[in-house]
Amino acid sequence: MKDVARRYGFAATVVMVALTAFWVLVLIILPYLFLVDASFRPSLPADQVGGPNDHYTLQNYLTLLNPNATKEFLFLSIPIHLFVFAQTVAISCLVTVITLALAYPLAYILAKVVNPRTVATLFLILLIPLWISELLRSFAWYIILAYQGPLNALLGLFGISPIRWISGYNGVIIGLIYTYFLFMLFPIYGSLTTLDSNQIEAAEDMGARWWQIHRRVVIPHAKPGIASGCVMVFMMCAGALFVPRLLASPSSRWFTEVIMQWFFEGLDWNTGSAYAFMLLLVCTVFVSLMIRLFKVNLTDIAR
Amino acid sequence: MSEGVQLSGVSVNFGNFRAVNNVSVSIKSGEFFSFLGPSGCGKTTILRAVSGFISPSAGSVRIGGQDMAGIGPNRRPTALIFQNLALFPLMSVWENIAFGLEVRGAPRAARRARAEELLRLVDLPGAGDKAIAQLSGGQKQRVAIARALAVEPKVMLLDEPLSALDLKLRQHMRAELRAIQKRTDITFIYITHDQGEALAMSDRIGVMSQGRLQQVDTPQRIYENPANGFVASFVGENNVFNGTLDDIQAGVGTFTTDDGEVLRAMVGSGVKEYADAKLYVRPERVTLNPVSEKAREGANVVAVKVASIAFEGNFINIHASDKRGRRHIVQVPNDASVWIPPVGTDARLEFTPDQATILTENLPARAGEDDVGVRQGQSYRVEVAQ
Repeated sequence: MKDVARRYGFAATVVMVALTAFWVLVLIILPYLFLVDASFRPSLPADQVGGPNDHYTLQNYLTLLNPNATKEFLFLSIPIHLFVFAQTVAISCLVTVITLALAYPLAYILAKVVNPRTVATLFLILLIPLWISELLRSFAWYIILAYQGPLNALLGLFGISPIRWISGYNGVIIGLIYTYFLFMLFPIYGSLTTLDSNQIEAAEDMGARWWQIHRRVVIPHAKPGIASGCVMVFMMCAGALFVPRLLASPSSRWFTEVIMQWFFEGLDWNTGSAYAFMLLLVCTVFVSLMIRLFKVNLTDIAR
Repeated sequence: MSEGVQLSGVSVNFGNFRAVNNVSVSIKSGEFFSFLGPSGCGKTTILRAVSGFISPSAGSVRIGGQDMAGIGPNRRPTALIFQNLALFPLMSVWENIAFGLEVRGAPRAARRARAEELLRLVDLPGAGDKAIAQLSGGQKQRVAIARALAVEPKVMLLDEPLSALDLKLRQHMRAELRAIQKRTDITFIYITHDQGEALAMSDRIGVMSQGRLQQVDTPQRIYENPANGFVASFVGENNVFNGTLDDIQAGVGTFTTDDGEVLRAMVGSGVKEYADAKLYVRPERVTLNPVSEKAREGANVVAVKVASIAFEGNFINIHASDKRGRRHIVQVPNDASVWIPPVGTDARLEFTPDQATILTENLPARAGEDDVGVRQGQSYRVEVAQ
């Protein structure tokens, strides 16, 4: 702090600190405090807010476990919202794993195999789709994956009969992988570029096979990148809204859609807040799990 | 156990650039062999061809008589020590050393025991649990050596591993490396641009320039009987006279410098009469005498003026310029009995014909010239015992 003050002057330091504090407090912490507070209060007509009925309650959270609306799953009957919640988390995990499996080899090839001069061009090709908004890209996938769409037409040329892509969670999974792939690729690529290629050669020289080199040398080095990629992709999947809306089939629902329904269709902000807070909690648990699993620091992930 | 390495007609092309050009050399089992040359001469490329990271465009690499074509680096009986060592920073010292055993599926206890054994060999006992970042430069060096030894290579390849160390440590590690090589009896192939390192450690040296092997010989013979001008000027210092070789009689040539001085010196192999040639004489083989004294019988004499004096500690370099202003160096021991004239003194540079060599600038090495004694043209020298 003293260093900053000496370098930029007292006034500029105060402005910088104040702006940062404003951003953190007013735009992040305060809204969350309101959210948490609202989630523990009942949803009341406007004239009763602050009245005798406005007391803290767990009712909003219990709505998640509402036994009147259930979904049969195997031999269990699970409350429908809890089921959607669990499925959102599970599919987000699945998307994270698939994205990792696809992004790691590509990141390795870009960082260590491809000629550095062509990497810039390859990155441009990867980045061009990002110039279009997520919403429009999801629409594009809706068209591509349509039963009579171009993908099935293409497959038809090879004699493959049309596949119903948008069924169950398939469309959502494909869309999420596509949308968040680069958020997995870039952190892993970034961490791999700092790996000394001599280490790979040294391992090979000492008799290691390719998978041993990856397991003992490359992946340990890429760990911070893998962890931050996983955290980002998981959180964005769990919080995604457009992709699950556009590429969903009648049988697939996403937890964010349920939250939105409480807010904008049910006009029950309190239950919506409780649901949103649950999602936040799960994401936090996921981040700390990643930190444990990969034995990295929070600062490594933030990088 | 160790094996010899035979390179026959090895060439390596990178696009249109020929990094290694028709190199043939037979490195004996248990030998300490150095490739010496300036950066970009192709010596690292040769090393990578032996270790298997690149395959030669032409020619073959044989280790222990077996052709290595198509055998990847992880299946060759070689171990490479990289210039930057390439230790694994996320593994402890012992895990680094035991990595080669780990990928071969050795049990943990055996790996640990072997690592400790090797740590003792490289004089780092008890350092097994340290992190790589905790080690000093010299210690990292030792760990790299231990890691390479762990896979029991038949041939050890070293790519300028000492270049990052400071002078004192470098000199110490030279002796250490040499001792480890003697103890383990493994063939060492050492890459360096430092002639002092090559001369001090090697059984034989291959001097390289522009992808070609210029000379393969013992350190003594490389220094005393350079095959061509490149070797003469790259290895050690030399005073050079330009001129023409007029006449050869019994291996002694009469040489006329560009200034018209007539000097006599030994003629290197392959140098013909009337050829454009250069006369080389080492600074320590030259004496500087007062003009008033009588010159020695049969000695070459060049009139010079003392230009500067550099005190180097154990010796003194006297720089003297001739009529044309060309600088010559006379190296004398730091000894009270030696005449050290003040700057500006007229003096006489003297050397006997047997101390100087007449060579052409660059003699491309012929394929197969890989054994001591091939250069019969220099048989007037005392043969150095191997």
